[in-house]
Amino acid sequence: MAGIGNSGSLHLKSLVKRYGGFTAVDNVNLEIERGEFLTLLGPSGSGKTTLLLMMAGFQDITSGDILLDGQSIAAMPAEKRNFGMVFQGYALFPHMTVRDNIAYPLSVRKRPKAEIGAKVDEMLDLVHLTDFGHRFPKELSGGQQQRVALARALCFAPPVLLLDEPLGALDKKLRIEVQAQLKEIHNRVGTTFVFVTHDQEEALSMSDRIVIMNHGRIEQVGTPSELYQHPRTVFAASFLGKSNFLHRKDAVYALRPEKIDLAAAGTGQGANTVSGVVQSVTYFGAMLKYQVQVPELGEIEVDVDAWRGGTPVAEGTTVDLTWANTAAVRLEIEPK
Amino acid sequence: MRAIPRHALNAGWILVLPFVVLVGALFLGPIFNILWLSVSDPTPGLGNYTELFTSDSLGRILWTTLRVCVICTAISVVLGYSIAYAMVHAAEGTRNKMLGLLLVSFWISVLVRTFSWLMLLGRNGVVNSTLETIGIISEPISFMRNELGVLIGMVHYMVPYAVLPILASMQSIDGRVLQASRSLGATGTQTFWRVYLPLSRAGLVAAALLVFIINLGFYVIPAVLGGGKVLMVAEYISVQVLVTLQWGTAAMLAALLLFGVLALLFLMSRFMKLSTVFGGARA
Ligand SMILES: Nc1ncnc2c1ncn2[C@@H]1O[C@H](COP(=O)(O)OP(=O)(O)O)[C@@H](O)[C@H]1O
Ligand SMILES: [Mg+2]
Repeated sequence: MAGIGNSGSLHLKSLVKRYGGFTAVDNVNLEIERGEFLTLLGPSGSGKTTLLLMMAGFQDITSGDILLDGQSIAAMPAEKRNFGMVFQGYALFPHMTVRDNIAYPLSVRKRPKAEIGAKVDEMLDLVHLTDFGHRFPKELSGGQQQRVALARALCFAPPVLLLDEPLGALDKKLRIEVQAQLKEIHNRVGTTFVFVTHDQEEALSMSDRIVIMNHGRIEQVGTPSELYQHPRTVFAASFLGKSNFLHRKDAVYALRPEKIDLAAAGTGQGANTVSGVVQSVTYFGAMLKYQVQVPELGEIEVDVDAWRGGTPVAEGTTVDLTWANTAAVRLEIEPK
Repeated sequence: MRAIPRHALNAGWILVLPFVVLVGALFLGPIFNILWLSVSDPTPGLGNYTELFTSDSLGRILWTTLRVCVICTAISVVLGYSIAYAMVHAAEGTRNKMLGLLLVSFWISVLVRTFSWLMLLGRNGVVNSTLETIGIISEPISFMRNELGVLIGMVHYMVPYAVLPILASMQSIDGRVLQASRSLGATGTQTFWRVYLPLSRAGLVAAALLVFIINLGFYVIPAVLGGGKVLMVAEYISVQVLVTLQWGTAAMLAALLLFGVLALLFLMSRFMKLSTVFGGARA
């Protein structure tokens, strides 16, 4: 692989984790490819952390197996796996300086001092913290702490880096900045990243592939655009982006709000045209969000490009909604 | 912090005034009296203090006190650390039971405990007579009436005091930090020495300080279990006051203890905030 780091592939086979009678991770099968940026996306409580901790070796496996480059590591203790991990809340050592934090994995491996020093310099440079080596974690901002955690987890060249909601504690503006830095670091080191988040925008913008999780099960796996354009379940369609659901006979269709066109009453042309009454209009700068009451479909959300959409249609106006046949995606009936 | 309005402050002072007076009269008064006695009885001057350097018996007593206190502190803190560690890592039910036992031990009078030790470990105590009966020993082992006896009694008394601050600081350690250490490749032993111990150090220091300070003033245990052979400062003070009536010497020793404790606290405060030491846990 390209990149200055290691990279390995992970294969999860029928992984199950039960707490007493409660199944937190339910028969997960997943191939994580060498060097990819894979995101586990799901609501809180969907089993993402549990799955990640099983990969890291901190959580016993109830049944199933985990293979690293084809070798089972299910029975291997966490400290032997050599995986990097960035914890929720970072878990930096509060009594050590930034340098000592980053040096820790090398110094417990008893590497020579000179090598450790050089490697720490390299990592500080990678995460743009060269001048912060002698500070303590509590003297850093959230974003800087996050980068220290990243440098510490990467400095022993792990084949796999596990990240549990590493951006969760940052405010929105900083998050977007750190997302870009994280992507850049991923490209430079080439290590396999397994990234956990409950934020769909984060998942869409950063990942090579996304795994949507719900109730401990994998709901759907695919590239961001595959998942967005072709969701298979109601859950996938509503968790990743927004969607209208059309109930036709015994099938359900997902229809994204931006794939619907809004036209004056009687002028709608297209394979699918319905008429409805505008309930509300909300201005979002780049777009206008309409709620339209359609007698045969219920309330439909429509996103219109604010720049090209012209003057907003007033509330109470009757309009036509049209969309192409390919715009509505037929969903599988929800399992169970 | 919100500023407290001035009139509220005044009203508050009026409320606590009786207690301030009480504390002043009953607590600070006698302390100043002691300090005064130590430089005025039997003759004005620092004569009582210079005795420290000239009197062999005083030196021996101070040395014994210091030695016993240091050894007892070390043993108590190590035992306390192990117990706290076991408590933190026990299941919740077990931990609560252990905590209950610990608190119960605070309620047992030091006299009861001391005489129990005599019954157990004295010349004709349960242990010696059992060992003699089964023929392992022919002469009773002298556990009591020596420094060993004093140490056994003091350590037994102090261990619960050592556990509590250590427990508080251990409970405030974020489990993820320990997981992080392991995920970074550290063995259990490395994690303990490089992460766990430093992070529980504040509790350890607080425990040592607490135990040492309480130890300095021990009276009943050295008197009973030492059988008069292990003379420590508190017992010596009592002898000066009640028997030989040398109040000046007694006051000087009391003042010495007081200053010793204050100096210790000052020394500690230079290394860490005392409030974090005694407050123990961060939220
Ligand atoms: N140690 C545990 N004991 C019992 N239930 C747990 C434990 N850890 C997690 N769970 C449960 O497992 C489910 C998944 O949790 P988690 O993996 O933390 O979800 P996520 O990270 O997606 O928010 C939750 O319902 C949680 O309550
Ligand atoms: Mg989680």
